[in-house]
Amino acid sequence: MLPAIHDAKLAWLYGGVLFLLVVSTLIGRWLKRRRKSEASRATIENVNARIRAWWKMCAIFAAAILLGRVGSLILFGLISFLALREYMTLVPTRRGDHRTLFWSFFVIMPLQYFLIGIQWYGFFAIMIPVLAFVFVPTSIAIAGDTAHFLERAAKIQFGIMVCAYCLSHAPALLLLKIPGYEGQDARLLLYLVIVDQMSDVLQFVWGKLIGRNKIAWRVSPNKTWEGFFGGVLSATALGAALWWATPFTPLQSAGMSFTICILGFCGGLVMSAIKRDIGIKDFGRVIEGHGGILDRIDSLCFAAPIFFHLVRYYFVP
Amino acid sequence: MNDRIHPFANLLAAVARGVTGVQVQWAGCEPDEKQRIYFANHTSHLDFVVLWSGLPPDLRAHTRPVAAQDYWESSALRRYVVMNVFNAVLVQRGVMAQAKSPEEARYAGRALIEQMAAALGDQYSLILFPEGTRGNGEKVGSFRAGLYHLALRRPDVELVPAYLENMNRILPKGEVLPVPMLSLLTFGKPLQVEPGEEKEMFLERAREAVSSLRRIGSA
Repeated sequence: MLPAIHDAKLAWLYGGVLFLLVVSTLIGRWLKRRRKSEASRATIENVNARIRAWWKMCAIFAAAILLGRVGSLILFGLISFLALREYMTLVPTRRGDHRTLFWSFFVIMPLQYFLIGIQWYGFFAIMIPVLAFVFVPTSIAIAGDTAHFLERAAKIQFGIMVCAYCLSHAPALLLLKIPGYEGQDARLLLYLVIVDQMSDVLQFVWGKLIGRNKIAWRVSPNKTWEGFFGGVLSATALGAALWWATPFTPLQSAGMSFTICILGFCGGLVMSAIKRDIGIKDFGRVIEGHGGILDRIDSLCFAAPIFFHLVRYYFVP
Repeated sequence: MNDRIHPFANLLAAVARGVTGVQVQWAGCEPDEKQRIYFANHTSHLDFVVLWSGLPPDLRAHTRPVAAQDYWESSALRRYVVMNVFNAVLVQRGVMAQAKSPEEARYAGRALIEQMAAALGDQYSLILFPEGTRGNGEKVGSFRAGLYHLALRRPDVELVPAYLENMNRILPKGEVLPVPMLSLLTFGKPLQVEPGEEKEMFLERAREAVSSLRRIGSA
């Protein structure tokens, strides 16, 4: 029933995450006690809120992974749904998009996860970039409203690509048949998520500690070169150190982690640019201290598909 | 009439909350037991269920929507939902326009106000959409006079403006299937008819009170 429960290495990964949570909670408490200025109070409050939210997110994620492929698919399907909902709420659409949007939420997105469930790789890989790409503008055209036509079609397609297609590559890791790694693929998914999210966290931490020079202050005022290098390098080191949980050698694992970190950064930057364009700070308020679901997974949306294809190209015969 | 909430009402409210993910903000007042008329913009059939479900559970039992008779009595299912499940007050739309003489119109209008005043009784609150029909969500349409006359008839009842965001995108006029976008329900500061205030001025002020609660720009 719980295929992952006998996996000792998975237990070590869980233990590591638990350890990090405990340590960060203690640091958060300590910071709160020794805070000096009013200005730092808000930052520390936000950090503690983020840590509280991390406990919940880790618990949900850990439980879903323990339930095996179905658990992971349901969890990521739900995340996709909530992310797409935040995106579509904030991106302007018109009355004529209503049916296309209905299809996006209730047919295209569930179908994408269903295809992973039945392990139909060929269809899974082309459904949204090819079929939905043709379907979305056609369906808007049939509705008959041509005002801002190209913009609307592009915005909807981009939303399904990011929230459904890209993200679905994370649980799709469970499809890959890597020789010598059978039945252990839950760890690969966990590895991707740990490295990606730790890269976000470490970039945030390094940025807060020594961040000075902004990368693109117009797009994302909190991203600094110091945070970027510190975060990417330390998360790459962490990823390399987790090689024993993956089918990779330590060096390969460092390369994979580096790729995940860089792409995660790109995802965060692109989604920030969209938010600035719409004129909002966060996509939502669902997760305490973090903003919306889409604010939390923006890095994963870019990292997951590339990581998936790298692993598939080099490790699946 | 009774104070217990029909189980379907709670179920439908839960579904409406799920579909719209509605967040409720009490920006100008707090939830209160006192008798109120909540008046809001109207763009979707889901409006009254969402507004109703946005109230704390103990207030819902005493809050009744005002709905259009011609629409809700057109099928047995609709009638059951609106009358038995939500304990709605059904009113006739356009009675004054259909009247043959000014006296008849005045009489019909007065009867309508009396009907709503009676529905308020001494413990109920009402949910009212003073535009009288669903708009396209771009701007709040002009208000019908009922709100003004009802406010004069029952000065003891508080008038609370509310704005429902995005409902026209979730379930617009003419569609049956909802798209699960996120909605926002904002309650504003209560207002009342000022001494000597003209009907048109009050209605425009009330419309503005609803319209000013809007947070997200139009499409």
